[in-house]
Amino acid sequence: MWKFTVRRILIMIPQIILLSVLIFILAKMMPGDALSGLIDPNIDPDTIEEKREQLGLNDPWHIQYVNWVKDLFQGDLGMSFFYKMPVTELIGQRIVNTFWLGLATLILVYLIAVPLGIISGRYNNTWADQLITGYTYIGFATPTFIFGLVMLWIFGFYFGWFPTGGSVTPGLEPGTMEYVLSKINHLLLPAISLALIGTVSTVQYLRNEIIDVKQQDFILTARAKGAPESRVYNRHILRNSLLPIAAFFGYEIVGLIGGTIFIEMIFSYPGMGQLFMESIVARDYSVATSLVLLYGIATIIGTLLSDIILSIVDPRIRIK
Amino acid sequence: MADKLIEINHLKTSFRIGDDYYAAVDDVSLSLNKNEVLAIVGESGCGKSALAFSIMGLHNRAKIEGEILYRNYNLVDVDESTWSKLRGKNLGMIFQDPLTALNPLMTVGAQISEALFLHNRKLSNEERKAKVIELIEKVGIPRPEHVYMQYPHELSGGMRQRVVIAIAIANDPEVLIADEPTTALDATIQSQILDLIRELKESMNAGIVLITHDLGVVAEMADRVAVMYAGQIVEIVDVHRLFENPLHPYTRSLLNSIPNAEKGQEKLHVIQGIVPALQNLPREGCRFKDRIPWIDESAHETTPELHEVAPGHFVRCTCYKQFHFPNEMKEGQAHANS
Amino acid sequence: MPILKVENLKVHFPIKGGIFGRTVDYVKAVDGVSLEIEKGTTYGLVGESGSGKTTTGRAIIGLNKITSGKVYFEGKEVTNLRRSRASFHRDVQMIFQDPYSSLNPKKRVLDIVAEPLRNFEKMSRSEEKKRVEELLELVGLSPESIVKYPHQFSGGQRQRIGIARAIALKPKLIIADEPVSALDVSVQAQVLNFMQEIQKELDLTFLFISHDLGVIRHMCNQIGIMYRGRFVEEGLTEDIFNNPQHIYTKRLVAAIPNIDPSKREESLQFRKEVDHEYKQSYANYFDEDGLAYNLQPISETHFVALPEKG
Repeated sequence: MWKFTVRRILIMIPQIILLSVLIFILAKMMPGDALSGLIDPNIDPDTIEEKREQLGLNDPWHIQYVNWVKDLFQGDLGMSFFYKMPVTELIGQRIVNTFWLGLATLILVYLIAVPLGIISGRYNNTWADQLITGYTYIGFATPTFIFGLVMLWIFGFYFGWFPTGGSVTPGLEPGTMEYVLSKINHLLLPAISLALIGTVSTVQYLRNEIIDVKQQDFILTARAKGAPESRVYNRHILRNSLLPIAAFFGYEIVGLIGGTIFIEMIFSYPGMGQLFMESIVARDYSVATSLVLLYGIATIIGTLLSDIILSIVDPRIRIK
Repeated sequence: MADKLIEINHLKTSFRIGDDYYAAVDDVSLSLNKNEVLAIVGESGCGKSALAFSIMGLHNRAKIEGEILYRNYNLVDVDESTWSKLRGKNLGMIFQDPLTALNPLMTVGAQISEALFLHNRKLSNEERKAKVIELIEKVGIPRPEHVYMQYPHELSGGMRQRVVIAIAIANDPEVLIADEPTTALDATIQSQILDLIRELKESMNAGIVLITHDLGVVAEMADRVAVMYAGQIVEIVDVHRLFENPLHPYTRSLLNSIPNAEKGQEKLHVIQGIVPALQNLPREGCRFKDRIPWIDESAHETTPELHEVAPGHFVRCTCYKQFHFPNEMKEGQAHANS
Repeated sequence: MPILKVENLKVHFPIKGGIFGRTVDYVKAVDGVSLEIEKGTTYGLVGESGSGKTTTGRAIIGLNKITSGKVYFEGKEVTNLRRSRASFHRDVQMIFQDPYSSLNPKKRVLDIVAEPLRNFEKMSRSEEKKRVEELLELVGLSPESIVKYPHQFSGGQRQRIGIARAIALKPKLIIADEPVSALDVSVQAQVLNFMQEIQKELDLTFLFISHDLGVIRHMCNQIGIMYRGRFVEEGLTEDIFNNPQHIYTKRLVAAIPNIDPSKREESLQFRKEVDHEYKQSYANYFDEDGLAYNLQPISETHFVALPEKG
């Protein structure tokens, strides 16, 4: 088990290095550099050149890359020329909001997926199953940002049940109960919107797993032992079908990243996704590249998590 | 007969194909006695597994008609909660493929233990574990305490089949149904498993229904044999007479088509044509008629019945009287009937 | 001159392990197998699952890479051939075990059977069609079958389509890997008879791989018994069945169910004796790794894996 984990982590290292090199090269290929936005265009070009030299921007790319990585390790991601503040600080503010949104969405995804998947799989080809699969097809076909907009309009503007922007009502004291409730209130609608769409693949996956396990021979063995139907489902079918779902957890996180970018934009929720879109529109490269790097690393860690979970829960892998 | 464990009367098990039901087991009547191994033999599609599953009530969506009498139950229409009490306790089952018959995520110990737990809640955990280890030992698995903790994939096919057997006999069932228990196993393992089943039979005082396509296994194991073709029993007789004096054309054809030592390398008998699909089975007249076209039409009955041609020897249809292999003279076989 | 000669064939598969996935050990699937097959005869390769019999067959035809050893076909070396000698690939064909999965379900019978023809022979469409029809007739299927798909046939018919494909190029040697073990007995009889017929007709040589001793006895002139990648015994069919010498062979022969129910007790007794002998004298027949020794001749045709004397 530990051998597998160590090997899996070792494989991750070159992945991350490759990712960072790619991002760095892409950033360098984009027009302009860190100075373009900072300096008054009326300043003498020689002075700019001098400044460039001083900042190491004329060094060959690999030296610049090494310097960039060194800075990364010291937590220095550069300056945002748009917000005129260090990127680290900027992201620091937003990452907490995105984390809460992601967590709320994940919980909702499983709260929806597990019962629906079980009903659909256990009673497949009944009207309940057809209703649920119908929902999943709609979910697959609906883009998150359109669904988000509809939800925002209905529950935010039309009914006015939820706030339509921000992550907390301004003026509340952090740490108070009111503050926490307001936070939850603000992330509920975006989380529900994201979860309702994001959960459909998990519902489908669980349904197919259950239908598959249901037909396995060992289920017959369980019935032949005299296990009542409820026990056959709880002890044998469910356990065996939830296993791949558990392993899917890491990929779920990966999928969420894409979702939060759109949802935060639509709900003007101040998280990393919104920041990412803004930074691209504003050509705030230092912020955009840092975020791409972060998202990339999160993706790699997500898949790592999936593999490790699978190796823990499945004895057939665990032994090796 | 007071020793009858199970009596099956006019059993008909039908599956739905398209809009209609087609009988895979078609009017089968049989009985299983105590301490008896009853083999049900036939090729794929003859209905032998459908019959076994009907006795265990394991069919999901089949229409089952007729009677399966066991004690004071008619198994065709007992409810699920009664089934839960009977299955695993009174009726045990051994499956064909030991590689898929065990839950891959549960230890061997837990899987055997479950069979005990379901029918006897009074045992303490320690008592149950002791019983499980005793069972593992009984089915001939070395190092039972170690195997108790292992997962199925850590065991060989033969060992897994022993675990499946341990589950089936955990509660000393009166009736044991073995559905092709050795088909998926290597030859030496097959003989070990068959010997094990034979040993267990002696100590258990149970009736065994052995479903197989292998006449060699039948010769080694059975007391009585029912030969099935196209959903019907075509011949039923004790094992000695089956091999010495087989009567039904299908039985004789089957016996002639297996390679054996006496025959050497001469040509094997080939049964003409193929077994028709379930929805295309001829439901009237002799179902084997099309496979022996050289036999005169008049030899068959219009509604073939099982005839008792000698005490305890039943044969369906009258065509056996005139049956001969294509390369034999017609007269050469007339003695078969006498 | 034997049509096929295999010398000290070894096929080892690496086992990857450790953190870096390096090769830590080898599975010796085939570990020193030698055999010779005369033209027009059938050689039976017997063993239980994991004995290496299938790997041996696949290595000879080039589907598994040979680690060491030599394969000669009609006196010429063909070890680990790639495309270099097309004639070898024409002359040696394989029949697979599972008639349900070895035929591409999306292809018509015409395309399946014509595939080797298209690879090796330049034929016009009409010539090709005619040839395929002839082949199907030869295996006892109607020429109209060419436009059908595999799922429209029964198991035995599918296996015959597989055979039609294998004999399309008039091969000299056919490697048949468990050709009947997925089939019902009556269908099995059909395929076995048919294989014997085409053997006579086309003067074919078979390497017949099977775990079923009954079938092997019926089909083969010569038999090699494999256990864990090595031969434990080799000889004519009579040698193996009437005079088995190695304890492993005895065990296999004893495990064949006796078709006579009145001899049930005897065969049980016999099995028990053999089993007892197997346990008692295991060390006389296998080395400390549990592998068979090298073959020693005990007669002109009969070889047994026994420790060297002295």
